[in-house]
Amino acid sequence: MFRYLPYLLVGILFGFVLVKSEAASWYRIQEMFHFQNFHMFGILFSAIATGVVSIQIIKRLGRKKALDGQAIDIPEKAPGTVSYVVGGLIFGFGWGLIGLCPGPMFALAGTGSLGAMVVLAGSLHGTWLYGALKQHLPH
Amino acid sequence: MDWLVHPWPWYVAGPLIGLMVPLMLFIGNRSFGISNNLRHLCAITQPPTVEVDFFRYNWKEHVWSLVFVIGTGLGGYLAGVVFADPNPVQLSQAAQDMLLSWGFLLPSGSLVPDELFHTSVRNFTFLFACGVLVGFGTRYAGGCTSGHAITGLSTLQLPSLYAVLGIFGGGLIASWFLVPHMLIG
Repeated sequence: MFRYLPYLLVGILFGFVLVKSEAASWYRIQEMFHFQNFHMFGILFSAIATGVVSIQIIKRLGRKKALDGQAIDIPEKAPGTVSYVVGGLIFGFGWGLIGLCPGPMFALAGTGSLGAMVVLAGSLHGTWLYGALKQHLPH
Repeated sequence: MDWLVHPWPWYVAGPLIGLMVPLMLFIGNRSFGISNNLRHLCAITQPPTVEVDFFRYNWKEHVWSLVFVIGTGLGGYLAGVVFADPNPVQLSQAAQDMLLSWGFLLPSGSLVPDELFHTSVRNFTFLFACGVLVGFGTRYAGGCTSGHAITGLSTLQLPSLYAVLGIFGGGLIASWFLVPHMLIG
């Protein structure tokens, strides 16, 4: 069990940041989609910039092994267009309505929000629905 | 300890979120992303009578990921309950005016509006239905804001750019054309 501890700690940090930055706030999401505040864009852009720079550092330094001894490699997303755009549209549409994407959903459920738990329950059903319909969908 | 209570500015929160990508690689060569956990939870709870192939795999290999989202929930609890900020979300003036024109009250301490999240059959039906869209869409797209916008764009992957454009497009449609009319026709 001890090997899972780092994931728990990083997960706690992630949930804490999502709530403290108000990225888990429906209000902030509406404000973002109406371009009325730089806050959410600042979070997204600086997160991506940090990610890009740190990935480049890992690559340049040639860090080959993770803490548990596994080789570090960055998995490639499967090629395609339709599933990414259409899936993104459906997800984004739901996100725009209720202002919660999967990360904030878990963080807000942790605060005891019954509504967030209902959203989470819905998203589990949606995920199951995708699994059941997968073969019939264009990808 | 004020910093644990007050909201964090974007230039603190953003880099911390971005650091999730190298941290997860460093800890165990993991790709940072949240929505896969929804799939794992389906795999765990799928009854043998309705076996869907998509959920038939050894989810025990992904326990690390479930531990991570349990942490996310705990982090939410710490930030939102233990170190709760009693002050309402400080929205821009433009956003405040917009909310009022939509018939919403200004934020009063909660991160989400009571108008949509307080316990009622109508609200919970709506929240559940939107959750279905989020869960379906995110799996169809193969990731959510974390897996595509953060991890995917950080590693310069084109499919993630498609997904992010779709996500933002869907959000714009909902936020501009539906949300304004949710409370008042």
